Amino acid sequence: MKARVLIRPKEGILDPQGQVVERALPALGFEGVSNVRVGRMVELELEDTAGIEEMCERLLANPLIEDYEVLLLEPAADPAS
Amino acid sequence: MSAGPAASRHRELGLTDREYELIIEKLGREPNGVELAVFSLMWSEHCAYKHSKKLLGRLPTEGPHLLMGPGENAGAVDVGDGQAIAFKVESHNHPSAVEPFEGAATGVGGILRDVFAVGARPIAILDSLRFGELASPRSRYLLNGAVSGIGHYGNSIGVPTVGGEVYFEAPYEQNCLVNAMCLGIAPADRLMRSAAAGVGNLLVLMGARTGRDGIGGASVLASAELGEDDASKRPTVQIGDPFEEKRLLECCLELLDRGTLRSLQDLGAAGLSSSAAEMASKGEVGLEIDVGRVPLREQGLEPFEIMVSESQERMLCVIEPDELAELEAVCARWEVRATAIGQVTADRRLTVIDSRAGADHVVGDMPVEALVDDCPLYDLEPARPARQIYGAPARKLRSEDPRDALPALLSSSNLSSRRSLFEQYDCLVQSRTVRRPQQSDSAVLQLYPDEDGDGVRPGIAISIDGNGRRVACDPYHGTVEAVLECAANLACAGAEPLGLTNCLNFGNPEKPHVAWQLERSVAGMADVLTRIGVPVVGGNVSLYNESGGAPIYPTPVVGMVGRLPDVGSVPQLGFAEEGHEIALVSPRGFQPSLAGSELAKLHGAELPQGLADIDVGAVWECIEQVRGAARGGTLASIHDVAEGGLAVALAECCLAGRIGASVSAPDGADRLTGLFGEGVGRFVVSGPPEALSALAAGLGDAVATIGTVGGASLALEGGLEWSLDELGGASGALAAAFG
Repeated sequence: MKARVLIRPKEGILDPQGQVVERALPALGFEGVSNVRVGRMVELELEDTAGIEEMCERLLANPLIEDYEVLLLEPAADPAS
Repeated sequence: MSAGPAASRHRELGLTDREYELIIEKLGREPNGVELAVFSLMWSEHCAYKHSKKLLGRLPTEGPHLLMGPGENAGAVDVGDGQAIAFKVESHNHPSAVEPFEGAATGVGGILRDVFAVGARPIAILDSLRFGELASPRSRYLLNGAVSGIGHYGNSIGVPTVGGEVYFEAPYEQNCLVNAMCLGIAPADRLMRSAAAGVGNLLVLMGARTGRDGIGGASVLASAELGEDDASKRPTVQIGDPFEEKRLLECCLELLDRGTLRSLQDLGAAGLSSSAAEMASKGEVGLEIDVGRVPLREQGLEPFEIMVSESQERMLCVIEPDELAELEAVCARWEVRATAIGQVTADRRLTVIDSRAGADHVVGDMPVEALVDDCPLYDLEPARPARQIYGAPARKLRSEDPRDALPALLSSSNLSSRRSLFEQYDCLVQSRTVRRPQQSDSAVLQLYPDEDGDGVRPGIAISIDGNGRRVACDPYHGTVEAVLECAANLACAGAEPLGLTNCLNFGNPEKPHVAWQLERSVAGMADVLTRIGVPVVGGNVSLYNESGGAPIYPTPVVGMVGRLPDVGSVPQLGFAEEGHEIALVSPRGFQPSLAGSELAKLHGAELPQGLADIDVGAVWECIEQVRGAARGGTLASIHDVAEGGLAVALAECCLAGRIGASVSAPDGADRLTGLFGEGVGRFVVSGPPEALSALAAGLGDAVATIGTVGGASLALEGGLEWSLDELGGASGALAAAFG
């Protein structure tokens, strides 16, 4: 099973990276952009999806300051075929 | 939440019933939610020092070089040539125990702001860290996070981390300590104070927008013991942004250069509440703040949240109204947000308005004096515990053979090389660093380049110290030792101490045995500082460092700053040249002791109750003579003998210089004590024979020649020998723990 984990700063937590992007966009002529939040994405292939929540809690995300969302995608192609 | 915390919440906010009644008396009515939130923070231990203020009054705060003492954002000393060094150490223990990376990073950010708030450009950071034993995964997690956080903030903003110390002891397992010290340089006549002045002047908030960061931090986080349910305190983690702070720093320094500001104050614990109340109190004025004008990161913050938010990278200043345009122009150039949020008033009240609810909608109105000066101060009820309250450390070394003891000590967590930690820090940025970590016992910086070409570069040396286990053995003598250890470190670089900053990390002072530790520790610090003539310039108190009902080791961390005439003559720590003689300098009547030593810890010995008396006069005489010798430039190496005793000091000199030594170290029945016994005031020096004779002329029989430099091993008379490879391998244990 292929999984995709979307990780973003928690609501209300300061996001310095998002702020820099927000400040840089008008400099390139893109007006009217606000509330930019920058997160990251982790893709993984799993034999068993049971541990994915714990993986997020303990390593992939920092639950003190980040929210995450797990998307389970189609089964990965069998490398043997 | 619309009314903020209700009156019934005063206990939850850390106020006692009696304190709450006193607030009602001072206000003449029940406080509303905003006022209660502000009072609870201003009357917390963190802001009001209610359990420590009386004690702190004992510390000497005057000295010939002192320019600015306790009470300002940072203290400052005169280093000559019209230059001042401002410095301070502060704790960020509880935030770091919750989220070590951000906690340590914002600890650095906070202490940097304290220093540039007085108009000084930050030039160096040092850290004092304490964690549980390295065997614990939690300790390794906290250590990794804290070290990365310090590096992230310091490296990004471009201030070198030039030194520090870390100890690993079981009582810090749940309650780690992260103390950060910063130094800045400023023209002595441009030091800035924080007192608000000039009725009608504008109060301007500069820097980051305000969010729900660290709300309740000062009262809930910093003044209550951490319990099992830490998770509930987590959403309030502050995130630091060193790039925002860099702009704020440059912007503030430019405004100070232009003379635009009347006063400047950083926003730290308790946010706007504390900063505004302190500025008003010092200036003997009132302040009116409109929370409706404070730029917010998210909508819908309640007035009390805006008043107590601990969002980082913010400063508060007072300017005359006609200077607003100039301030706005400078801020715009540095891309720093600046908003006039209020004004100075004559009524000596802190008035909070929320213009979002109507132009003159008052949401809080408090006498400044009540906030800052009227918090009840408590007398401690110290009682010396009948027996040692700390359990024996776990035994890690079975052998009593000195052959085994040295490698075991060098590889122990408290003594192994810190290279794997300090290599994460930029220690050279700004190009002032003359001695990097582990090249000398103190960090050495040159104040400015040799502009007049005479080859003389005046400098400063800095050391930070505080061995909690020694203080746990004996709060009085352990603290005296920490201060003298710092002075000894400075002497190794030829520096005379000018001032000291302290951070008193202790458990719950309402417990008689913790009160006793605190009282004895401050007494020791006061006595030794008075004796050696060094003033305290400022500092910080962190109490309630407990977990599961047990206090941490009492840990007074002291940071000392000294001046030296020429950084060009600073000796190294390591042995330099084959054939140089090695001498041991010891205070008159010195007796090394294994009680409370690192070797005793490895052997799992109970902590003693009481350490041997220290002859401060004799130690000071050694320190002054060694300082003179270091300045003379004739000695090749100087290293003070600290944890692990003489054998560890010799091994460190060999490893730092990558050369061996043959030494006629003490032999006989009490060999372990002679080799590994501890006590403050000894130095291992090396150099050409004539340099050692000159030192001996000043100190007489306090100097004993004990060996010569050379070879690829440390050989002690009586058949003890360790190759440099073996010693180096042992010393690299900390790096291996992270391999």
